[in-house]
Amino acid sequence: MNIHEYQGKQLLSRFNVPVPKSQVAFSVEEAVDASKDFITGEGGVCVVKAQIHAGGRGKAGGVKLAKSSEEVFEIATELLGKVLVTHQTGPEGKEIKKVLIEEGCDIDREFYLSLVVDRASNTVAIMASTEGGMEIEEVAEATPEKILREFIDPATGVVPFQGRKIAFALGLEKPQINKAVKFIDSAYKAFIASDCSMLEINPLVLTKGGDLIALDAKVAFDDNAMFRHKDLMELRDLDEEDPKEVEASAHDLNYVSLDGSIGCMVNGAGLAMATMDIIKLYGASPANFLDVGGGATKEQVVAAFKILVSDTRVKAILVNIFGGIMRCDIIANGIIAAAKEVGMSVPLVVRLQGTNADEGRKLLADSGLDIVTAEQMDEAAEKVVAITGKA
Amino acid sequence: MSILIDKETKVICQGITGEQGTFHTQQMVAYGTNMVGGVTPGKGGTEVDGIPVFNTVQEAVNGTGANATVIYVPAPFAADAIMEAVEAGIELVICITEGIPVLDMVKVKKFMLGKSSRLIGPNCPGVITPDASKIGIMPGHIHKAGPVGVVSRSGTLTYEAVDQLTRLGIGQSTCVGIGGDPINGTDFIDVLTLFEKDPDTKAVVMIGEIGGTAEEEAAEYIKQNFTKPVVGYIAGVAAPKGKRMGHAGAIIAGGKGTAAEKMKCMEDAGIKVTNTPADIGRTMAELLESAH
Repeated sequence: MNIHEYQGKQLLSRFNVPVPKSQVAFSVEEAVDASKDFITGEGGVCVVKAQIHAGGRGKAGGVKLAKSSEEVFEIATELLGKVLVTHQTGPEGKEIKKVLIEEGCDIDREFYLSLVVDRASNTVAIMASTEGGMEIEEVAEATPEKILREFIDPATGVVPFQGRKIAFALGLEKPQINKAVKFIDSAYKAFIASDCSMLEINPLVLTKGGDLIALDAKVAFDDNAMFRHKDLMELRDLDEEDPKEVEASAHDLNYVSLDGSIGCMVNGAGLAMATMDIIKLYGASPANFLDVGGGATKEQVVAAFKILVSDTRVKAILVNIFGGIMRCDIIANGIIAAAKEVGMSVPLVVRLQGTNADEGRKLLADSGLDIVTAEQMDEAAEKVVAITGKA
Repeated sequence: MSILIDKETKVICQGITGEQGTFHTQQMVAYGTNMVGGVTPGKGGTEVDGIPVFNTVQEAVNGTGANATVIYVPAPFAADAIMEAVEAGIELVICITEGIPVLDMVKVKKFMLGKSSRLIGPNCPGVITPDASKIGIMPGHIHKAGPVGVVSRSGTLTYEAVDQLTRLGIGQSTCVGIGGDPINGTDFIDVLTLFEKDPDTKAVVMIGEIGGTAEEEAAEYIKQNFTKPVVGYIAGVAAPKGKRMGHAGAIIAGGKGTAAEKMKCMEDAGIKVTNTPADIGRTMAELLESAH
């Protein structure tokens, strides 16, 4: 689960990570009002930042400097309601529904700092670089030697020497070393206490006044851990998610919206990915990833069908089930009941294999529904692509 | 012969009194698995289908001599269950549970350092040595004893591959599901090392997916150390970047962990990579044929 920059900064602030003073605004009036705290007449500036769940906002024109309330008014009027397209939003972009009004700061130097769960070392890794403001992937590609990694032992947390190592590597000097150690330790504590999967501060800035401040905050939480963070769940912004994915998650279905024309319903994540791949191999594109799980109930199958059918891009549906402990005849009955209840408006190809597959296929054939059946995956893919045509 | 488990393996089930634990214990017993006990805190002294239930793993080990455990404990308590089994010295800990917080697994991995247990999973179907022992949730009847080892990050996709092999008359030595989480106990290389040493495993099917670099590392290991033929498949060619595809570990992050990258490494290592899951069985049949 991702959250907005302003929410990320509030979270960091609770763990004593220094962040600039700021105020989120949902309207132009709120934006102007908030800016009055930062623009005080002589020389004060503030930054107006679009709040969407995507990086690359600055380059796309979603972050602007304002020197007066009039400028804040103009910028907020322009940004609120605008669809911002960044390299991370996809071509359809994202509508800006709120802006963050933040005090300006005198930047001396910019750094990069992030914490991630590192799969290779099985620990939380802290990554730091002098190349603040750059995309870390680009830095890793061009100048990997400029990225420092420290791996944190979960039993000790960040040991001060690790903080110092990072601080010296960033070229900080004595007055800032202890501030950096404290900053890094606080960020780690925020990460652990909130079950983050990623926390990126880019840039982390050294101000001309000698302070270290998190000028941006990108936070993602581990979905598996959200059962113990009811408070963090309230930070979820459904506006930022695909409505079909929101609906699927309400039914405990693993669904990811894609851009093709063949709706897929599969049991098991690996098989669901493999089904997408084989559709592509036969020349068409999947409209979605959908794993209904090993023990899907009839209600879940009905919900899944409803989501697939509601997708206007879907020209045909491919159901691919490998019956294990769950028998194919039971699954077939579920599909028939669901198809009748939902009312299938597009052709349906069903591939059943595994336990009681023959019985299952017979039930489908005898159901009176217009269902094309298949025994093997390649056969199923071929049949569904023959219906929709290649695309 | 086989790897990890055989007819002698004495198995307990943690979470045996839960719905999943009870159901799959019955299924495992029906397959012939040597189920010797179960654990549910607070239900010690009771029985499930004649199998004794203990309050702690240590009591279960003391009472039954178990050397393997299968965990069906719900995700919020699963890391605790794994560590309890490791502390009790159980050799093989198989965790089926899906949805364990990743930071819990960071703690588990640290806890396991220097201890002798091997963890399989979490978020996996388990391990089966056909006609000998099944520890997990896979459908036993699609398997057949034989010469091909199977190692995979996925559940149903593994059943798919096994079913294809069995239909072609090709049996399996042992099938190991290492799970779909970003941090797991046993990786491809661990399992491949065991298959290399097992005289009855003549060839291996390796099924990976997008996310992480486990497949790339396994390919490097195979190139350097593995002498048996390998058929490989990677799921997720059509997956978009930055989206989690069902499994917590199946995500292309920062442009890394794509299927294309993995397939290239595997091909470079001499693995016969199929680009469709429907060809896994056929490709293995050809490979075994040409080896004769």
